[in-house]
Amino acid sequence: MSKTLAQKIWDEHIVRRAEGEPDLLYIDLHLIHEVTSPQAFDGLRLNKRVVRRPDLTIATEDHNVPTLNIDKPIADPVSKLQVDTLRANCKEFGVRIHSLGDAEQGIVHVVGPQLGLTQPGMTIVCGDSHTSTHGAFGALAFGIGTSEVEHVLATQTLPLIPPKTMAINVEGSLKPGVTSKDIILAIIAKIGTGGGQGYVLEYRGSAIRALSMEARMTVCNMSIEAGARAGLIAPDEKTFEYIKDKPHAPKDFDAAVKYWSTLQSDSGAKFDVEINLDANELEPFVTWGTNPGQGLPLNSSVPNPADISDAEERGAAERALTYMGLTAGTPLKKIAIDTVFLGSCTNGRIEDLRSAAEILKGKKISSSLRMLVVPGSARVRLQAESEGLDKVFIDAGAEWRNAGCSMCLGMNPDQLAVGERSASTSNRNFEGRQGKGGRTHLVSPLVAAATALRGTLSSPADL
Amino acid sequence: MEKFIKHTGTGVPLRRSNVDTDQIIPAVYLKRVTRSGFEDGLFAAWRNDPDFVLNKEAFKKGTVLVAGADFGTGSSREHAVWALQNYGFKVVISSRFADIFRGNSLKGGLLTIILSQEEVEDLWSVIESAPDTAITVDLESRTVSYNSILLTFEIDDYTRWRLMEGLDDIGLTLKQTDSIDSFEKNREEYKPKTIPVLK
Repeated sequence: MSKTLAQKIWDEHIVRRAEGEPDLLYIDLHLIHEVTSPQAFDGLRLNKRVVRRPDLTIATEDHNVPTLNIDKPIADPVSKLQVDTLRANCKEFGVRIHSLGDAEQGIVHVVGPQLGLTQPGMTIVCGDSHTSTHGAFGALAFGIGTSEVEHVLATQTLPLIPPKTMAINVEGSLKPGVTSKDIILAIIAKIGTGGGQGYVLEYRGSAIRALSMEARMTVCNMSIEAGARAGLIAPDEKTFEYIKDKPHAPKDFDAAVKYWSTLQSDSGAKFDVEINLDANELEPFVTWGTNPGQGLPLNSSVPNPADISDAEERGAAERALTYMGLTAGTPLKKIAIDTVFLGSCTNGRIEDLRSAAEILKGKKISSSLRMLVVPGSARVRLQAESEGLDKVFIDAGAEWRNAGCSMCLGMNPDQLAVGERSASTSNRNFEGRQGKGGRTHLVSPLVAAATALRGTLSSPADL
Repeated sequence: MEKFIKHTGTGVPLRRSNVDTDQIIPAVYLKRVTRSGFEDGLFAAWRNDPDFVLNKEAFKKGTVLVAGADFGTGSSREHAVWALQNYGFKVVISSRFADIFRGNSLKGGLLTIILSQEEVEDLWSVIESAPDTAITVDLESRTVSYNSILLTFEIDDYTRWRLMEGLDDIGLTLKQTDSIDSFEKNREEYKPKTIPVLK
């Protein structure tokens, strides 16, 4: 029987299948961090349970760590308690941890791939919804809640119901200045924030194949913003090349590649739903509202809710414009920005920093805004410094920070003030996401850099 | 986990769609290392607004949250479920839930029920005009009833059984340890596996 890639990986991991029950699925890799794990470890202790496979579990500190003065104790006592709790739990249960100050510390979804832990055909989970990122390698990877974290710690499995599958075909080639971030924002605007609920999305087509591994991660990362728990891209030469020479690459690499090469949807495989997108027509995208589906090409204007026929969507648009402090009809490029945030598990990798630095090189950011550059991991930061990118950002007037989730979710001191407006390369423009009362426009690294120079939402073509 | 068989309480109408988990509980409230005390962060951004539904006297004792479509999107934080439970909610009704939130809620014993948008709208109208209306959620018969209305909802047999018995998922899976052992033992060498990450 023809199978989709998602079905193949699923079937390879069934520990037990019984009528009327969820499948018990084996988990190959479990990533953990300080925010969604303490209650899970506590549950193990209460029930006198152990971590079944500490060797398949790895922890890092990312969500609430400061990006300044990381050589000093964490100033916020509650953040400190959470980080100290993670360290103590990892010690007690024998889990490897990359703490603040370690060269491998960073956002969990940047760390996994850069260590070569993320590999095709694996099942990967983490108590974080952006675990979908790892799907770029052809791994079935999804976010889980804390009860499930505890379940995986105790059993290395999860009881799950097989998802439906959706193919998203992106054919054609991207125009200069258009990136994988624009592809995924356009997909979310097309299918909506609930469009992928219950599905695993498989991104296919020539435009996806043409993307680098890091750009593919950006696409898969935001699958959850379309409501899908996981996104997948079939592995190919680029995938193998990326993993090769990474610290955790398979020892018998040729045997691994042979198996990985079978990890594609069969030609006759039926998807439950198929969606098509023309890459040739895509423009740099930006969100205007308070959910990631409320996005438009940068050349457009703020939409008029009165033009929206669906009552529910109209109401949501009205509320969004009020919260965002925007007037219908205003060209998006006229919107003035206070803060540019370059970073996150969506766009905090070395290629993202390089592409932004290329635009900023030898120029100064607008005096009307501040720009934060937060590498996705300590390793990315070191790489960027070895290429002199830190100097480009600092000379342009941006702040060069240490690695972490930072302003993507504002759990650490990096937050927007009430009414402050950001152009952010992160993944969520929810009300208050980057700080209470803060207003977020999601953009690509290129748009972020161009916006930093001009002070209003801009694409590189406007420079 | 407490058994869930039947619950009767009053409703709270939350007329908003796309209430993501950052709205249910903002990230700054996630720093506790316990499972309790999250009620202070529930809908934090809206709680200062006197017009917000939870601030209205008539709805202060509600235990059945009736929300708009796409409830619980975004972050996987289970704290969203804990915040609702810590506050006192036993049931959430919506026409559509985000996958991860729904999974979290059913694991933790917060019953999330899917009704049609039309049924949700009717329920909103009734509880807004008569906040004391008793709503009974019966998991055994898979029904929601109020006044003379009886609505049915779907939930798979396995989850229903687990909730009604108040069973811990981990305990259930640990009974399958033999299957897990043999899966690990019989896995072909060429299949992907995490190269041990031990120090």
